[in-house]
Amino acid sequence: MRRFLRPGHDPVRERLKRDLFQFNKTVEHGFPHQPSALGYSPFLRLMAIGTRSGAIKLYGAPGVEFMGLHEENNTVMQIHFIPDQCQLVTLLDDNSLHLWSLKQQGGASELREEHRFTLKGPPGSPPSATQVTAVLPHSSREVLYLGTESGSIFVAELPWLRVLEGRTISPEAVLQRIPEDNCNRRSCELVEALQEHPKNPDQILIGYSRGLIVLWDLQSNQATQHFLGSQQLENLYWQRDGSKFISCHYDGSYTQWPVSSDNKQSEPLENTVPYGPFPCKAISKIYWQTTKNGLPYIIFQGGMPRASYGDRHSISVIHGSQQTAFDFTSRVIDFFIIFSSDPAAEFDDPSALVALAEEELVVIDLKSAGWPAVHPPYLASLHCSAITCSHHVSNIPLKLWERIISAGSKQNMHYSSMPWPIDGGTNIAPDPPQRDLLLTGHEDGTVRFWDASGVCLHLLYKLSTVRVFLTDADPNDNMNTLGEDEWPPLRKVGTFDPYSDDPRLGIQKIYLCKYSGYLAVAGTAGQVLVMELNDEDAEHVVDHAEADLLQDQEGYRWKGHEKLKTRDGPVRFEAGFQPFVLVQCQPPAVVTSLALHSEWKLVAFGTSHGFGLFDHQQKRLVFVKCTLHPSDQLALEGPLSRVKSLKKSLRQSFRRIRRSRVSSRKRRGAAGNASEEMELAPVQRKIEARSAEDSFTGFVRTLYFADTFLRDSSRHCPSLWAGTNGGTVYAFCLRVPPAERRMDEPVRAEQAKEIQLMHRAPVVGILVLDGRSTPLPEPLEVAHDLSKSPDMQGSHQLLVVSEEQFKVFTLPKVSSKLKLKLTALEGCRVRKVTVANFGSCKTDDYSENDLAVLTNLGDIQIISLPFLKLQIRYPCIRKEDVSGIASCVFTKYGQGFYLISPSEFERFSLSTKWLVEPRCIVDMPEVTSNNHMHNKSGTENAARKSRGSGKSPGDCEEEDEGKSGRLMEHALLNDEKVLKEIQSTLEGGRGRDHIPTAPRSRTLSIRIQELCRKKFGKKSVRTWTK
Amino acid sequence: EFRRFSLERSKPGKFEEFYGLLQHVHKIPNVDVLVGYTDIHGDLLPINNDDNYHKAVSTANPLLRIFIQRKEDADYSAFGTDTVSRKKNVLSNVLRPDNHRKKAHVVISMPQDFRPVSSIIDVDILPESHRRVRLYKYGTDKPLGFYIRDGSSVRVTPHGLEKVPGIFISRLVPGGLAQSTGLLAVNDEVLEVNGIEVSGKSLDQVTDMMIANSRNLIVTVRPANQRNNVVRNSRTSGSSGQSTESSLPSSTPNVLGQLQGEEESDEEDIVIEDSGEPQQIPKAAPASESVESLSQIELLHESTQNGFLPSTENLSRSAGSISMECKVAEQGRKSLEEDGTIITL
Repeated sequence: MRRFLRPGHDPVRERLKRDLFQFNKTVEHGFPHQPSALGYSPFLRLMAIGTRSGAIKLYGAPGVEFMGLHEENNTVMQIHFIPDQCQLVTLLDDNSLHLWSLKQQGGASELREEHRFTLKGPPGSPPSATQVTAVLPHSSREVLYLGTESGSIFVAELPWLRVLEGRTISPEAVLQRIPEDNCNRRSCELVEALQEHPKNPDQILIGYSRGLIVLWDLQSNQATQHFLGSQQLENLYWQRDGSKFISCHYDGSYTQWPVSSDNKQSEPLENTVPYGPFPCKAISKIYWQTTKNGLPYIIFQGGMPRASYGDRHSISVIHGSQQTAFDFTSRVIDFFIIFSSDPAAEFDDPSALVALAEEELVVIDLKSAGWPAVHPPYLASLHCSAITCSHHVSNIPLKLWERIISAGSKQNMHYSSMPWPIDGGTNIAPDPPQRDLLLTGHEDGTVRFWDASGVCLHLLYKLSTVRVFLTDADPNDNMNTLGEDEWPPLRKVGTFDPYSDDPRLGIQKIYLCKYSGYLAVAGTAGQVLVMELNDEDAEHVVDHAEADLLQDQEGYRWKGHEKLKTRDGPVRFEAGFQPFVLVQCQPPAVVTSLALHSEWKLVAFGTSHGFGLFDHQQKRLVFVKCTLHPSDQLALEGPLSRVKSLKKSLRQSFRRIRRSRVSSRKRRGAAGNASEEMELAPVQRKIEARSAEDSFTGFVRTLYFADTFLRDSSRHCPSLWAGTNGGTVYAFCLRVPPAERRMDEPVRAEQAKEIQLMHRAPVVGILVLDGRSTPLPEPLEVAHDLSKSPDMQGSHQLLVVSEEQFKVFTLPKVSSKLKLKLTALEGCRVRKVTVANFGSCKTDDYSENDLAVLTNLGDIQIISLPFLKLQIRYPCIRKEDVSGIASCVFTKYGQGFYLISPSEFERFSLSTKWLVEPRCIVDMPEVTSNNHMHNKSGTENAARKSRGSGKSPGDCEEEDEGKSGRLMEHALLNDEKVLKEIQSTLEGGRGRDHIPTAPRSRTLSIRIQELCRKKFGKKSVRTWTK
Repeated sequence: EFRRFSLERSKPGKFEEFYGLLQHVHKIPNVDVLVGYTDIHGDLLPINNDDNYHKAVSTANPLLRIFIQRKEDADYSAFGTDTVSRKKNVLSNVLRPDNHRKKAHVVISMPQDFRPVSSIIDVDILPESHRRVRLYKYGTDKPLGFYIRDGSSVRVTPHGLEKVPGIFISRLVPGGLAQSTGLLAVNDEVLEVNGIEVSGKSLDQVTDMMIANSRNLIVTVRPANQRNNVVRNSRTSGSSGQSTESSLPSSTPNVLGQLQGEEESDEEDIVIEDSGEPQQIPKAAPASESVESLSQIELLHESTQNGFLPSTENLSRSAGSISMECKVAEQGRKSLEEDGTIITL
């Protein structure tokens, strides 16, 4: 009769649901995907990053972050903070300007878009006339100067962004006072740079692309001085005292120019090509920073010799005889220098260089000797090497936490001890309620441990499994070999390195026991490592075992990759997690499931061929079970190798090209038929029942340890459960000797049950509920008094979650008790499922366990235990975002993470109680004496501003804010590259749980470049000293 | 009379041996009999060759109920099609054959060699332009054999004609179940899957729903070719087997309301199958929620256990039980219980 009771009829339950569940996307962790612009406010000490999808993100002190999204989803080209204001202006590639401000509301600051504006020329003028190329927010905070492609400089009034027609500086006006023999109309095409005089706000420096630089007086509205550069101009920089400025050029040179009122046309003081004499690449930006000792810091981007180092992404720092060219791992978007912002100070005294590259943020400490890098507290490059899996552990005991941190601190010795220099704003979020770890496995065989307790996802410790194996890459091959007399003095900085030398090292599954410190890690080539935490360096032999999962099967050939070769003899491991057992599956297929029971000292692992159980105390294989169907040739032979699939995809893309070219011509023969099939494939779907003979039915999807009633209802025993892709559940009864005889007696296992789900859908989760219908606790949880011991009096129940159904069976006699047929009713399939504990926000003493389920449509559903009733459903991820859905990981307390790009995790919360989101305040610091001459206008401006903001409709803004999360994803979808990625992942195989392969193909061309560089350029990768 | 005996599931042997065994068990060595069994869906199906014998054994869980009829008295109509709905008749036929003694008729072919592969159901409550087709996937190795695609159809709405996205059959695999029924055709629009409307669902969702229901797939289509529609008021073919539906109000012009009403009944259809399914796994108490036809079987089964013997001379009923789970009633099967297998739905 239960099925006639529909959910939603019980008002008490409805009220409780409101107290328990609530969906929020709270914060984006990691590094923004495809950053395109950088801005910094020395006044607010906030940094802003714009992306190609139209997002802007502001960062200050750790925990202080804001996000905004332009509705247009266009690339952010430039970001400029309004001097001494909580405001910034962005320029998008559709030539629109947007004014954003930080407003305080409800005790916290929020980033809001206030005005938008697109420059319009007179009717009939070409679009280039108003294409904005340079933006200068004037220190008066009243106007913006907008340099355009046509050479005109428009003046826009703040904060409404209205053009002041009469004040436009036209090329004609500029040319009036310049002798005609030097310049003509064409010299004034395209404004490349606009800079305000550091001491005299009435003067601005205008740099035109063809090399002409003009000092313009705003009061008299005329050019007071002009400078004729012979080279195409890239950028300008004023020296602090305003007596000189620097221009940098397309040919890799920079020039110093003196400024004096008596000289109408100045000659350059000095013209330098730092990496000459051979042709060099452009210097796109330059800083000239004065110091007390008289030796300036000259910091510029680019300028490398074109032929040998033209492909490098560098920023050079020259200080006296010291010179280093920081060599970045990806293209440098922009950089800025943090220097003394006190206007009274005589010198710049730069303290840090902040460079935004395409894939990471690098901060260099310029105060310490050797210019070490600073470890950023946020904006971590999650994708240093592609993420292959993730695992979340909630509520880490303090002891383990400290040990991991101490292991990590030993790895971070080379970082500068400088406090994080970008420290604006105040984090007012409450301290995170518990210590959470997010572990990410990477393609290069590393596991990274992230502090996921709060808003800043911070790297604690990095573990590499590579040392256990013999690989082609020589670990001693250090790219940073120091050598004297190397020119240019390149030094690699940054950690982004997407090039895995051996894809077999990739990590596929991670399991950490937070009580014992045991960690199990499994990888692409069937390797399973069990590790324990050691606070000291150690050298020891890793016990090695092989698990032949095909024991009784014959006549197959594994065509996939070979297993990894292991290192003989003792291996030196640094402090941290050190492997002591290695099990290698044979055939070496990807490990698809992993379970560790730290109390019984057992580790279970499964691949597409079967599963095995290993006793890591006695270091003995307990048993293996082959799950393979004899007709499953695909699984027998192994996945197509990378080379093969690459060939295939290349072939397909060629075909596509050919097809489009000769679309009318008919193709004949089998090849033609095949490609027609391919064409039809995306639009039609085959309807067929699953059969036992389907491929990959033996693929082990889930493994679970439970102490339950497997054989009879009077005695419970340890058991191992395994679920396969073909809807089979195996249960093994284990006999684990008591602790005192643990080393003497072997662990025994016997198959007790085998359940075949008739709908044959892949089993994605197995769970045993105790007599109180509570999920069994984790191993050692009871021993540490953190959980009630399970009820062994009442009868236990078995919950089997397949992709299509949830079913509860009785134990020990397996009979069906309840079920929820999700797919038959809704047409969605289960992708991820976890038990989560939900606490009520109203009362502290109420909490319940429910299933958090992510479906293939990207919906999150909460399903009650043990009655399997749908509680609530939230749309979370776009269903096209296959890699996002595949990457989703739930926490034990109703939060979760999924990748919104290769480098960013979106954090979400389903719980009313556990919510981690940024909450911060940015206060206007006291206006300093620098602005004494503008005080009047400043206050006026502020008054006007407040009126202006009063006008903007509040409800509209709120709506904007609500949209932003959704829009962000939409923005990603708009990106062609992302779409392609999604498409390629989709092509990878429908219906199978696939490992995203897209990033690989995407980085292929880069990889080739890198290989070439390694081959030809290695010798010169040295750092020059003294 | 009733007999109960056990068989080794893994080695059922040949039909001839089994036939001999039955004759031996019932002590009717020289009587020609027809052997039938009830499958998981409650249908009475014949056993007359190795293949369907093995099939019968494999469906047993734990009990396999076998009916034996003397050949000359056999009522062939008892077998096959939708015996669920006509179980009463079947059983009464079988139990009290004198009332229904057939005139001697020429057997053209063995009807028990046939099984239903499809049926048109709910003709009385569907609009004439729609067709609800049930595909019996079980018991055949034939693939369902059809493909679906996205498309658009024109609907009449309060705002006039509107083009809406729809799901259509795009291809029938030659020799597949769908094609062999002749009830589905390319370009038929799929409206419902097992009673759930597909409008607003994506192609992938509908695919998943169909696959999830593939063992008992009921699709409601609007055939592309409307000429072959079932004509009303000629509902005597027995193709619509759902006895419950006859109680539903007859069709009204209101298509929407009708579809909803139908959905309810269809949900029950699914439930019939569902409650039938768990039969495969041992249950301490017989399913009380089972539909009338199934409870009939249960009733009979229980009465058998209680020792009630129907006084028919040409029918004997034997319940062979094959079970891997420990059952008190079974003796001498300990060896199998140890590493046993449970098959469940």
